[in-house]
Amino acid sequence: MEPLLPSEPAIRAEALHKRYGDSKALDGLDLTVPAGTVHGLLGPNGAGKTTLVRILTTLLRFDSGQAQVAGFDVRRDPAAVRRHIGLSGQYAAVDEILSGRQNLLMFGRLFHLSPKAAAQRADELLEQFRLADTGSKAVKNYSGGMRRRLDLAASLILAPSVLFLDEPTTGLDPRGRTEVWEAIRSLAHSGTTVLLTTQYLEEADQLAQHISLLDRGRVIAQDTPDGLKAQLGGDQLQIVVHDSAQLSAAAAMVHRITGAEPSTDPDTRRVSAPVTERITALMQAATALSEAGIGVEDIGVRRPTLDEVFLHLTQAEALL
Amino acid sequence: MTLSWALTDALTITRRSIWHWMRQPYAIIFGLLFPIMLTVLFGYLFGGAMQVPGDSGNYMEFMLPGMFVMVMAFGIGETMVAVATDREKGVTDRFRSMPMASSAVVLGRAIADMLYSAVLLAVMLGFGLLVGWSAHNGLGNALLAVGLLLLLRFAMVWIGVYLGLVIQGPEASATVQTMLFPLTMITNTFADPDTMPAWLGTIAEWNPLSATVTAIRELFGNPGVGGMDHPILLAIAWPVLLTAIFFPLAVARYRRLSA
Repeated sequence: MEPLLPSEPAIRAEALHKRYGDSKALDGLDLTVPAGTVHGLLGPNGAGKTTLVRILTTLLRFDSGQAQVAGFDVRRDPAAVRRHIGLSGQYAAVDEILSGRQNLLMFGRLFHLSPKAAAQRADELLEQFRLADTGSKAVKNYSGGMRRRLDLAASLILAPSVLFLDEPTTGLDPRGRTEVWEAIRSLAHSGTTVLLTTQYLEEADQLAQHISLLDRGRVIAQDTPDGLKAQLGGDQLQIVVHDSAQLSAAAAMVHRITGAEPSTDPDTRRVSAPVTERITALMQAATALSEAGIGVEDIGVRRPTLDEVFLHLTQAEALL
Repeated sequence: MTLSWALTDALTITRRSIWHWMRQPYAIIFGLLFPIMLTVLFGYLFGGAMQVPGDSGNYMEFMLPGMFVMVMAFGIGETMVAVATDREKGVTDRFRSMPMASSAVVLGRAIADMLYSAVLLAVMLGFGLLVGWSAHNGLGNALLAVGLLLLLRFAMVWIGVYLGLVIQGPEASATVQTMLFPLTMITNTFADPDTMPAWLGTIAEWNPLSATVTAIRELFGNPGVGGMDHPILLAIAWPVLLTAIFFPLAVARYRRLSA
């Protein structure tokens, strides 16, 4: 097996297609992740994030396209891929009845370490992930954050060159989330390539150098977190009017103040538009609305949610 | 992947199950609770009123072989739940993403389940001796009977693996386990099928488990019901047939995890 050249990307997917019956889980997906970077995959449920991770980790066959991980072809040489990857998250788990240490011993042996090497590696990882004290306790008694840390440790037994993290913090409390983030950050520092799927914009923002947005099995945007935020317009001025008849008047007014083309939603009687000067825009809008006699139910400036990001981008996609 | 790694990996998976038993020893007691309860219930509560074929008239002698078979048959549920739990919790996927022998997951489970059932059977045989059952035809025949029981359990492994890969959710698992009760009770274990209504008697007589019950009664020298030709041959043929059906089904289903 040939080693991975530094110039080669750690993950390369080209025109990946995968169908389940009539539905297209992946619809011509392209993705390139340079070695040594953390790449975030963001998308709503059903966007294809998990399908992609399962394909790249050899768990799932694909219909057509090309996929290479750590320089090995996923379809032709799955065994070599498995020797160079780690998988952690919602679709790879640890044994709940066994202790943390027993889990790492078992997985170490299954990675074909000698009994002695497996024991040594288990102790190292328990120490590294601050689980040494609880190493002999059954995993079912672990907290959510401890469990995920053990899960992460189990995927690092062979020090993989590419690590797949499928929603590593879903269901964790803020403390558990911070713990897992810290662990991922220190891995990234050591040069491991990480592909991270998440539903949280903030998580990708915190951890990833590059983000791909997935929708309906395709990458619809790819950029740095800052680039993506700029593209999405950042803060939004939002106004909910009393009477939907005044929606267009409010929209025209917002257009005057912000200079941007506002979007309107008659169902929720909402006008929203991107702004740069949050406070100024808010005050101007409030004054203008009361002068024009437009009744307002709610007014505020807030950051776009991931839902809105998707709505925005998928609408743009539909127009193309 | 060399053969020796495949075996090493399978034994690692087997050791995992042994660790499970050491961490949860009470699971073995639960595994035996039902057959022991039935033995006490039928043996002492109804046993006196039961008509036992043959001259000995000892109902325990008649029923215990059926209890040994029942312990083996409940293995379907044990295997199924273990396989389904691993699949649902994502442990199976972790194994599949690792550079280990893919056959080891199932092979290791089969070895572990056989070991576990051998322990259950040993305890059950000891319990039988305590309540008045015994083997009368010598050690060779007794060992052959134990071999037939383990062969039956081996067939149950593949039915269990297949069901564990097919069923969705804990409700389905509970349903299958509930259905195991009639399957193990509509046999010739408790009474002669000739004494049952014709339709039920036919099911009991053709139940694959009845073949093993009849065969081991013969080998242990316990009183039995007549009317079955070549029971030992049938007690080999049925498990072999079930394995021939469910082993390929289980393998195909395992492959479909990546479809």
